[in-house]
Amino acid sequence: MTAVDHTPAETGEGLAEDADQWTAKIRRFLMSNLPPGRLIPDRQPSYMASWIYIFGALTMGALAMVIISGGLLSVEGPTWWHASSVGLFVNSLHLWSVELFFFFMVVHLWGKFFMAAWRGNRALTWMTGVITFMASIGAGLTGYLSQTNFDSQWISTQAKDGLNGVGVGSFFNVLNFGQMLMWHIMILPLAVVAISVLHVLLVRTRGIVPPIELEPANSATATTGGEA
Amino acid sequence: MTAALAVVVAALVNITGPGHYIHWGFIQISVGNIIVISLMVVTFLAAILIPYHRKGGRS
Ligand code: HEM
Repeated sequence: MTAVDHTPAETGEGLAEDADQWTAKIRRFLMSNLPPGRLIPDRQPSYMASWIYIFGALTMGALAMVIISGGLLSVEGPTWWHASSVGLFVNSLHLWSVELFFFFMVVHLWGKFFMAAWRGNRALTWMTGVITFMASIGAGLTGYLSQTNFDSQWISTQAKDGLNGVGVGSFFNVLNFGQMLMWHIMILPLAVVAISVLHVLLVRTRGIVPPIELEPANSATATTGGEA
Repeated sequence: MTAALAVVVAALVNITGPGHYIHWGFIQISVGNIIVISLMVVTFLAAILIPYHRKGGRS
């Protein structure tokens, strides 16, 4: 093997005198929480052999299609997606990957709900899921508003009354097409993607939750108190 | 899409005209929504009930 010089930081160790630099601290944090073998594992516990665990990955796949097709729509613009056959096709691809995204996400969250997957210090995994779900609903609404057709006009005039009713109309004005488009193609996709990445990294950090029967006996039923 | 294919698809899913709704007491839901929700329930049950076989069969 040809020798490549690895600096102490590249091997993860670093020099003693650098130990309190932020680079060293972040590296130590990542090395202990997400070592490469945990980030990209080859094997999973046997209880994961069920189709229900596929739905998180299916949601990610659908989200990737949403982002790619949405990117194409932004490159070409409304006249293209309304009038040309390729544009109509990409527009439909965008809509249907969104439908699949929500479909898979809901089956995923039902699965996690019925296995109480927030157990064992996984509350943040569940909560990041909740936040992505809510951000996705916002992305869905602003997407309908960005169609530039009578459907989007109808939806915005219906939505404005509800949003004004709860008092957010002055910050989030569904009749302001420019603002809605920005939310749809910039803020909300960023939020959905960034929080999903965090969500999946949290899953990798903690490992998949064991079935309720295999739960360490001390957790819920402990009578002695404290850690067993 | 060829004209013939368009007619077939339009016959299956006709989205022109007012939507179809199911009324059941105080419950009112569009046919589209009830179809999607049922499909999600069916998919959920299938994911739980259908055994997951791994390639290579090491169990
Ligand atoms: C953008 C949407 C989402 C994506 C891409 C996503 C992706 C994933 C992936 C890949 C996994 C690991 C594999 C699996 O168990 O399926 C996972 C696990 C998990 N997801 Fe999601 N998810 C999303 C939304 C949600 C929502 C809405 C919830 C619930 C409110 C949720 C709750 C969880 C929990 C609690 C786990 C941990 C399971 C465990 O530790 O065993 N996720 N997610």
